[in-house]
Amino acid sequence: MIQPLATQLTLTINGEPVSIADLSPAMTLLEYLRLSGRAGTKEGCGDGDCGACTVAMIGAGADGKPHYQAVNSCLIPLGAVAGRQVFTAEGIVQGRIPKEALVKEPVTVEQLHPVQSAMVETGGSQCGYCTPGFIMSLFAAYYDGHPDDLSVEGNLCRCTGYLPIRRAAQMVAELAPQDRFSEQLVAASTVLAPLAYTGQAEQFYRPTHLNEVLELLHQHPKATLVAGATDLGLEMSWHRQHYPVLISLEAVEELKHLEHTDEFVEIGAAVPLSHIEANLQGVFPSLDEMIHWFAARQVRNRATVGGNIGTASPIGDLPPVLLSLDATLKLTGPSGERVMPLADFFVGYRQTALQPGEVIVSVQIPKALTPDAARRLAQSYKIGKRGTDDISIVAAAFLVDLDASNHILHARLGYGGVAAIPARATEAEAFLVGKPWTGETIRAVKPLLQEAFTPLTDLRGSAEYRKRLVVNLFEKFFVEFP
Amino acid sequence: MSPVGQRKSHESAVAHVSGTAVYTDDQREPAGMLSLYPVLSPHPRARITELDPAPAAGVQGCITVLTAADVPGENNTGVILRDEVLLPTDEVSYFGQVVAWAVGETEAAAREAAAQVVVKYEPLPAIKTVKEAIAADSFHNEPQIIRRGDPDAALSQAELTCSGEVDIGGQDHFYLETQTSWVVPDGEGNFQVYASTQHPSETQIIVARILGVPRNRVVCTCLRMGGAFGGKESQANPFAAAAALATYKTGRPARVRLRRHQDMLITGKRHGFLGQYEVGFTRAGQITALNAKLFADGGWSMDLSPPVLMRAMLHVDNAYYIPNLVVEGRIAKTNRVSNTAYRGFGGPQGMIVIEDVVDRIARTLKLPPEVVRERNFYSGQGETSTTHYGQEIVDNRMARVWQEAKERSDYGPRQAEIAAFNATSPYRKRGLAITPVKFGISFNKVQYNQAGALVLIYTDGSIQLNHGGTEMGQGLHTKMIQVAAKALGVKVERIRMMPTSTDKVPNTSATAASSGSDLNGQAVRDACEILRDRLAAVAVRMLNLDAPEDMVFEDDWIYCRTYPSARISFDEVVQQTYSERISLSATGFYRTPNIFWDAKLAKGRPFYYFAYGTAVSEVEVDGFTGTFKLRQVDIVHDVGESLNPLVDKGQIEGGFVQGMGWLTMEELVWDQEGRLRTFAPSTYKIPTISEVPEHFTIHLLERAAQDGVIYGSKAVGEPPFMLAMSVREAIRAAVAAFGDADYVPLGLPATPEATLWAIEGVREASSQGQPVGVS
Repeated sequence: MIQPLATQLTLTINGEPVSIADLSPAMTLLEYLRLSGRAGTKEGCGDGDCGACTVAMIGAGADGKPHYQAVNSCLIPLGAVAGRQVFTAEGIVQGRIPKEALVKEPVTVEQLHPVQSAMVETGGSQCGYCTPGFIMSLFAAYYDGHPDDLSVEGNLCRCTGYLPIRRAAQMVAELAPQDRFSEQLVAASTVLAPLAYTGQAEQFYRPTHLNEVLELLHQHPKATLVAGATDLGLEMSWHRQHYPVLISLEAVEELKHLEHTDEFVEIGAAVPLSHIEANLQGVFPSLDEMIHWFAARQVRNRATVGGNIGTASPIGDLPPVLLSLDATLKLTGPSGERVMPLADFFVGYRQTALQPGEVIVSVQIPKALTPDAARRLAQSYKIGKRGTDDISIVAAAFLVDLDASNHILHARLGYGGVAAIPARATEAEAFLVGKPWTGETIRAVKPLLQEAFTPLTDLRGSAEYRKRLVVNLFEKFFVEFP
Repeated sequence: MSPVGQRKSHESAVAHVSGTAVYTDDQREPAGMLSLYPVLSPHPRARITELDPAPAAGVQGCITVLTAADVPGENNTGVILRDEVLLPTDEVSYFGQVVAWAVGETEAAAREAAAQVVVKYEPLPAIKTVKEAIAADSFHNEPQIIRRGDPDAALSQAELTCSGEVDIGGQDHFYLETQTSWVVPDGEGNFQVYASTQHPSETQIIVARILGVPRNRVVCTCLRMGGAFGGKESQANPFAAAAALATYKTGRPARVRLRRHQDMLITGKRHGFLGQYEVGFTRAGQITALNAKLFADGGWSMDLSPPVLMRAMLHVDNAYYIPNLVVEGRIAKTNRVSNTAYRGFGGPQGMIVIEDVVDRIARTLKLPPEVVRERNFYSGQGETSTTHYGQEIVDNRMARVWQEAKERSDYGPRQAEIAAFNATSPYRKRGLAITPVKFGISFNKVQYNQAGALVLIYTDGSIQLNHGGTEMGQGLHTKMIQVAAKALGVKVERIRMMPTSTDKVPNTSATAASSGSDLNGQAVRDACEILRDRLAAVAVRMLNLDAPEDMVFEDDWIYCRTYPSARISFDEVVQQTYSERISLSATGFYRTPNIFWDAKLAKGRPFYYFAYGTAVSEVEVDGFTGTFKLRQVDIVHDVGESLNPLVDKGQIEGGFVQGMGWLTMEELVWDQEGRLRTFAPSTYKIPTISEVPEHFTIHLLERAAQDGVIYGSKAVGEPPFMLAMSVREAIRAAVAAFGDADYVPLGLPATPEATLWAIEGVREASSQGQPVGVS
């Protein structure tokens, strides 16, 4: 049942219960933190790209247990933090409650958390503005047992060149955390209670069952669906529009399962990427590879499969991989459930086959090789101006099934960044079937690939470069998987 | 143990990591503070046909809208020329220019009010690139020329010549803390400005100019900055001025805090440059003549472009002796952001040109680039050790630093390994490169080479330290505490560093040009030594001795050098000094000696000394995509006798990575309409931790004390930035390995796309040209 709307929501910040009323549920956590005088958390970009606003939040990890998770507070709406426990750099100092910390005595070295001491020791802060964000990324990684480069990949520092921060991470990686934060984690719950909140004439619903989502959509046909808010959060951070009704899919049971059988993998639409990263490792090499390059830790902790597909960006990272894997989507709506190939889902620039009142339930990926196939080759590539945490210029994912005589039985070439939608090079695929997996075949398919797409020139790269990559990446695939 | 030379963490490190360090916008808000939000120009150039703020008044919480008509003083924030309006009257000159500021009770109210301000434009033809400016003869200044020898004759007699062009991109500072200013009125006509500024005195000047009040009614205080890199030298001023204008008009405290997109759209950046050259050289690779032209993209107003251009011209030699040289420089006037100071201040752009030239010579002659570099180093004495602007290089450490870097990086053997790798790897190539840096230290403008300090000792023996420098993360305050602790012989814990403020130390220079420690350190020492002398006179009497010059101040004790058991605590002496009615505060002052510049002749001794460094970088480049991976970096750098090795290494690491970003991924893209398209970290990419290799070593040159500088140390802020040229040259070496071309042009920045085109160029030009891809 959908709850009646409440005018108050609660959460804890550094262990302190906080009650929020009269604020828009779309206000970002960062904005709230700073408005309420908690100035230790900084805004570096408001885009979720620099990590200066990183806080830690307790949430379910890939193992289902509670974990500290680093998230960008500039992208999380208040509605999404209701009932959660949030931690900031001021709050992990021994024996202090942050709002008081502002006036009395300065913090001393002895009071620092181990990740904070390490950063002091190595010279990990220069201007110090990005530092609270690094601290919270390291804090979360510390209790997960792997503080390393990857845990701070989503934090930009313009001063240090990162070397002392890397040394700090290495220092704390040797410690075994045993303190109030690790104890707190054991006791924490990851269950997200249902929520219905209204403030500043905006409503935020967090139902726990799919039928409630459908009912809410029926009541509010213009409602906006939100899950991790890593994309929609940008609009909120920049106050680009109002959201009279937001429906969060984050707590919906039916959207959170991940099923792995001999025949297929089914991923619920609200499963965050970090869960896929951990729980499906080694199942689909091209998926592993792409997730490695997919944004940074803070975003992977929040971003969902359904969101990455539903937003239908031509430069989304998952669609090329899922296209190459012949994924199908399960949708549900007022007229029932239906299944469609992902390839049919994208109908135009940022347009999908989703009908009014319909939601993405899951994506299903078949595992079986083509009959008679002796081996499968699959890989994905993402090219950006910066290797790490960039939006792709071109992304590509390839899959070929070969028979015992090395002939191609099945080929899938999925691309992003080369058309208005993520797309397959279907002519090239058809050409390849039946041909031997040789340099000669690759040379022969090149003209088809060259003309497969008519990409645009934009700030990330020229049309010529994109066209070249469409061809070159496939050749690279051949060279790497002869 | 002397507090100087110790590896000490940043004096604010504990506050940084615990989120308790207070930046301008983190302060407790004064009652009734207003927020400003800008209205930005959507055109690179246009006539304003209508500017109607009235609709904004309908927004709840909107207090007012500031336009040019509100400026009581002079509507100009120009720092060298008065050519920069705070708010435009009839024309906008770049995309993103602030046309008006909405003022609201809250930021939300100001934002909504700004959206209601009606501005109508009639677009005018704009000058969108340096090349368009050259074609239209649109410049901020007359050509500047530095000449040595007879370059024309030497070029015509040269054994070999070649010419070329280098298009150098700009760079956004991307300090993590955007531009921020608070202004609080005291109710008696005075204005307290809190600004994230590298140059509080200039911010004070500009605020006073805008308000039309004498400077003594404006105090500018900088608590600390969340990064600056030159971007808050002059660029902080307009935002402080806008907040002050709001305060002036409303009588209430007011704040400007730019959001990231606004900051990147509105503020000036590193100058893009167009370099053109003709070089003459011998078959042995000796440069005999260089004719270089440098066009800086000044943007819409002059800002600091003249000294930036001059520093580029003064560094077009990098570390090389060029007997006949003419360099001509000019500042293009374009309809873009007004480009400004940025770490290196033109030096990097000048050096890029000569490094391109050197590589060109090496490949033409089929010589290893490092051999050509070595053959052209300044050396010996007199002519061959004198720059094109007539400054003799004394204490030339280039060869020493270079040799040490070669040895420490195992350069020779690795080169052989890489050649072997490349021979068997058709699609991935590795490149190794070594590049030098020689960077002149001092402000080009002689008058800026001065500094002041104010040291206050209280009767409990605690000390407040003030100096004219600002803290932007570079560790200046940390070093100044160390200097004061050494000069006064006290423990560092005794000293509290005060925020930089124009009511403590007036008429200061910008904290810039790597000179913060050199200048302020000497001023701090001067003040401390004045106080020490006063205390010594008292201590001598207290100890019943008679030679104050024999008093040693160390570790909170004062004792006699020849009779150490006669000692007395610092606290006791301070108490007694007060009792004897002797002042416990002192100002200190410093001016750099023996520097001069004759602008007419373009000759002189503009630099007090030079900083030297060498970097060796190795990369691997993918022939299908043009992407690269930095595999290893080894640096040897000369910081003199380091005041603080932790801080100095931090500057070197950070400068290098920032330079690498500029040269390989940070690309400013303007569209055909002249609009900047890269104004967010989603589109403008600075390095992350994953671009920094595991193997990254830094060695500080040993036994390197520098005469005449504070405790033998050397400036370190800017020089390491240019060590990153080794990454660009390593990429070029890898690109070159895809063929055997005798010319390997490489775009700036060397993005994957630029690198892939460079590889294709090499393949096409090569005699044994390999076709692209699978063969």
